[in-house]
Amino acid sequence: MTTTTNRTIFSAENIDVFYGTSQILFDVSIAVSEGQTMALLGRNGAGKSTTLKALAGLAPPKRGKTTVLGTEMQRRKPHVIARAGLGYVPEDRQVFPEHSVEDNLLIAEKKGPNGEDYWTLARIFEMLPMLEPLKGRMAGRLSGGEQQMLTIGRTLMGNPVGLLLDEPSEGLAPVIVQQIGALLRKLRDMGVTVLLAEQNMHFCLGIASHATVIDKGEIVYRDTIEALRANEDVKARYLAL
Amino acid sequence: MDLSALGSCLISPSCVITQSTSGLIIGLLLFLVAAGVSLIFGVLKVVNFAHGAFYMLGAYFAYSAYQLSGSYLIAVLAGGIGVAIFGVLFERLLISRVYGSPVLMQILVCYAMILILDDVVKIIWGADFLSFGMPPAFQQLPILFAGGVVPVFYLFLIVITLIIAALLGLLITKTRYGKIVRAAAVNPSMVSALGINTGVVYASVFMLGGLLAGLAGGLAAPVRSLTAGMGTSIIIESFIVTVIGGMGSVAGALVGSILIGLVRSFGSIGFPLFTEGLMFVMMAVVLVLKPSGLFGKEGR
Repeated sequence: MTTTTNRTIFSAENIDVFYGTSQILFDVSIAVSEGQTMALLGRNGAGKSTTLKALAGLAPPKRGKTTVLGTEMQRRKPHVIARAGLGYVPEDRQVFPEHSVEDNLLIAEKKGPNGEDYWTLARIFEMLPMLEPLKGRMAGRLSGGEQQMLTIGRTLMGNPVGLLLDEPSEGLAPVIVQQIGALLRKLRDMGVTVLLAEQNMHFCLGIASHATVIDKGEIVYRDTIEALRANEDVKARYLAL
Repeated sequence: MDLSALGSCLISPSCVITQSTSGLIIGLLLFLVAAGVSLIFGVLKVVNFAHGAFYMLGAYFAYSAYQLSGSYLIAVLAGGIGVAIFGVLFERLLISRVYGSPVLMQILVCYAMILILDDVVKIIWGADFLSFGMPPAFQQLPILFAGGVVPVFYLFLIVITLIIAALLGLLITKTRYGKIVRAAAVNPSMVSALGINTGVVYASVFMLGGLLAGLAGGLAAPVRSLTAGMGTSIIIESFIVTVIGGMGSVAGALVGSILIGLVRSFGSIGFPLFTEGLMFVMMAVVLVLKPSGLFGKEGR
């Protein structure tokens, strides 16, 4: 485990999450520090999405705590966590299908927790130029890749200090996956703090600096992503399909 | 059934004008109530059976404000604003506790509220019919148009309700608030994850629904007799409207309401004993041809 001197932007500390009576996460801890892109890797059903949902307040932990910029958030509603600066991009995109691309972005417009207002409609279109000519189109009529770009842009419109990205490459054509990868590298280079849940380690290489591996609801490995890449044992045990 | 009477009305411009205006009045006032029912259902997935009682409350608030102030404008505003406040309280204190509960619980809460409000009205305003009276500004000779008789107050009602309908349409489609409300109707948890307090959105939708129903009650007061239980028939018609127009669609509520109004006014000539039944026949026809309603989304 690599220690970092940077301050923690958001974290989960020893959280247990249940859906009904079945426990999904067991004592999960994860901390993402300023400017870091952390990959959260694991097989389908390992608990990646639930970890992100717990951080976003959509699957509140029964035990343990979550924090954003040092403030405890485990009992707070999703909108409070979002306003505290944690942006969430869901795995199944969830654009508002009957709103235009522009309206999807404008609905999410807000300042960051310290008054940050970097992200505007103009800057989003600069970053995601494929969306600008589509701005009047209903979001439900976009392709999967365009919808994925839109959900990322929509969350950025809230000027978050940390970003939770749930499987942004899932189900998309390879060329689109490359575009998403380029976008995430751009965000990393801008210093955006990201927790990236993925099944596909190769997608995360070159984007994330660190990796956390989750299996059956428990954290089983943490290191730099290069160390994980070299660790055939961990890859075979927890990531092979 | 008197089809010959209906036929001779339809070929007489004066009869068409008279019946159309009265149909429009019925339909547009109904729209103000039905739009609130439809919005509340669209966003909160709650069927607000108490919405007819909101309309009744609006009429009584307006009645008392008119007695005190003598101003019809203040009376209508008192109806609208009073019921808007009541709507927020009803949502925050009662309805918000049964979100996600079985629909039976929601019906129970609403039905209890109807019974309570009907009795509260009897206690405060008495069990007898109350007459609001025509405001002096409208006590003038009716306008004759192609031989049809149109009271000035009817014209006023048509214009003002159409203005309210247009403002509501703009609010829902053009403003950021309206966009958030429509997004919350589709995916409330995503809206919440974007930093928007859905509790406030829900309360505001009830406030808006209350405002519309209260305005309808206040506007209708001069041409309706006020009585406890006056909300019952309008809530049933509102449900027919939302079925015909499509649940959650404001445009559908407008078209459905006007259809109901016209069916009622022309139906009373052709089918004097079956006017109520005609609405249900129309609803059945729509359900067979387009189960989601004229403006409804398939699969809702």
